[in-house]
Amino acid sequence: MDEVSATQPERAARGAEDCVIHTRALTKRYRGGQLAVDGLDLTVPAGSVFGFLGPNGSGKTTTIRMLMGLIEPTSGTARVLGHPMPRSSRAVLPHVGALIEGPALYGFLTGRDNLLRYDAADPTADPRTRGARVAAALDRVGLTAAAGKKARAYSLGMKQRLGLAAALLQPRRLLVLDEPTNGLDPQGMREIRSLVRELASDGTTVFLSSHLLDEIEQVCTHAAVMARGRLVTQGSVAELAAGARGRLVVTTPDAAEAARVLKEQAVADVVVTDDRVTGEPPERDLAEVNAALVRAGVRVRGFGVERASLEDAFVALTGEGFDVAG
Amino acid sequence: MSRAEAAPGPARVAAGSPKPLWTLGLLRGELVTTFRRWRTLALLGVLAAVPVLVGVAVRIETGDGSSSAGGGGGGPAFITQITNNGLFLVFTALAATLPFFLPMAVGVVAGDAIAGEANAGTLRYLLVAPAGRTRLLLTKYATTMAFCLVATLVVAVFALAVGALLFPLGDLTTISGTRISFAEGLGRALLIALVVAASLIGLAALGLFVSTLTNSGIAAMATTVGLLITVQILDQIPQLHAIQPYLFSHYWMSFADLMREPVYWDDLVRNLELQTLYAAVFGSAAWARFTAKDITA
Ligand SMILES: Nc1ncnc2c1ncn2[C@@H]1O[C@H](COP(=O)(O)OP(=O)(O)O)[C@@H](O)[C@H]1O
Ligand SMILES: [Mg+2]
Repeated sequence: MDEVSATQPERAARGAEDCVIHTRALTKRYRGGQLAVDGLDLTVPAGSVFGFLGPNGSGKTTTIRMLMGLIEPTSGTARVLGHPMPRSSRAVLPHVGALIEGPALYGFLTGRDNLLRYDAADPTADPRTRGARVAAALDRVGLTAAAGKKARAYSLGMKQRLGLAAALLQPRRLLVLDEPTNGLDPQGMREIRSLVRELASDGTTVFLSSHLLDEIEQVCTHAAVMARGRLVTQGSVAELAAGARGRLVVTTPDAAEAARVLKEQAVADVVVTDDRVTGEPPERDLAEVNAALVRAGVRVRGFGVERASLEDAFVALTGEGFDVAG
Repeated sequence: MSRAEAAPGPARVAAGSPKPLWTLGLLRGELVTTFRRWRTLALLGVLAAVPVLVGVAVRIETGDGSSSAGGGGGGPAFITQITNNGLFLVFTALAATLPFFLPMAVGVVAGDAIAGEANAGTLRYLLVAPAGRTRLLLTKYATTMAFCLVATLVVAVFALAVGALLFPLGDLTTISGTRISFAEGLGRALLIALVVAASLIGLAALGLFVSTLTNSGIAAMATTVGLLITVQILDQIPQLHAIQPYLFSHYWMSFADLMREPVYWDDLVRNLELQTLYAAVFGSAAWARFTAKDITA
């Protein structure tokens, strides 16, 4: 067995330090027979901003529900902060703030009363500091002015922020945010992202699910990619992007001739658009390729390799576009 | 992000050791949330209106105190005595609301307890807080029982107030024909209110169990109230007398026996035993279901 299955307290504590979330062959088949998560091995290092990326229906929310002890895995194990879930919910969850599939509020209560209720539900929350902590959480998400309004009168963005405030009622070691920018306008998205960065800089590990690639690229240090319930890849964002090879780009007025020469030079998948010719870089030295172009009389304006984006990495890994749902 | 940054001291030390006062915190929040709802207040308003309507109707019917004759058997025998003593409006109002209005209100509150939270999505946030499934269920059951008590007391208190306003008060005659003082009568009225509230415990447990079966608050409420109506009908069909002693409503009217002298305890005890049985069976079923349930709403 490996280190995560160790039972001594110290080893469990050390595991918690190194990886905040660790799953092994985690699988969920819903009662209808739908296989939503299939043999997931996920490792989230402490202190990371971890992007959990996948198109709609790829199993992100299902995974998060299993991590939070809301649903029982069909098979496999999940550890959060070093403890097995859902068995250790009572010990683990006070250290975890979560936003799962959008906020849920009591419409007939004010924003402040909503937070008071959620805080009272946590047995480890000190009732003496409750009022102060609620005020601080409201302040953090910029809802102090609207705290006395009934939650049903809140806009979607305000509801989302109140949901975030509920996740921030206590100092947390892990924040789990399931598509926190869903349904928000660009301004709301920017606000949430800067809040996530701020929280991460305090040392909180953030587990952020999203179906938006650029969101993950903007805020995350690490990422895992899901497709149809399976883990496609995981690692640091830089590694993932590096994993996909960049494309060779030649800018030239003699595009057709350039394309012919590049094919001769074993450049695959050559694509011509106006004065840009792109292709997969060959194994050989690129200086040779450039020399061949010049020898053939191609007038080269630009020559280089463009760094791959996370999207290129995704396409390379799954062989399909990102919008395809599972 | 370095690992050194990510190892904050204080948070990791205290791994959730519950403090003694927390359970009351959740219960208080639950009570406040329940009794602040417009729907709860509307239910209580309907219940409060029953003694007012009965009192006013009796007052109009009997005009200037000419004692009306006749009257239905069982509980509502009390109604003929209201004009002599306003305290009888308490017994009449409880007898009038116990078959349907009171249990319907309890069915709505109990049925909505878990399913309503699931419907609104708030259940998942309570559970990740983490409220704890057993603790949340116990809190919900305690709140539902508090509602049973409050609802019964609302009927009793409004009946007493209307009775005192519209009719004379004083010593009263028990069903057995003996006289008891007004003070003792008041004591019996309170005892009856408590017994009526306790009569609803079984239905509350049943409603809570139904509430763990679905993610729709409306469906759970409708099912619970539907079961109530069905049981009340079954209890009226003579051919079914073999199963009737096991229907939760069978001994409900036994509270009238507290107005006998001496008190006839048999059916009162049977009622409380039956309620305890229902609470144990459906409470356990609700617990078994809720602690094993996938929360997908
Ligand atoms: N309660 C449920 N019962 C049955 N199937 C479900 C349920 N919830 C989700 N699914 C299915 O499981 C798959 C994964 O869903 P989900 O985890 O919500 O994906 P994501 O959050 O990535 O959009 C989808 O095919 C979805 O239809
Ligand atoms: Mg989702």
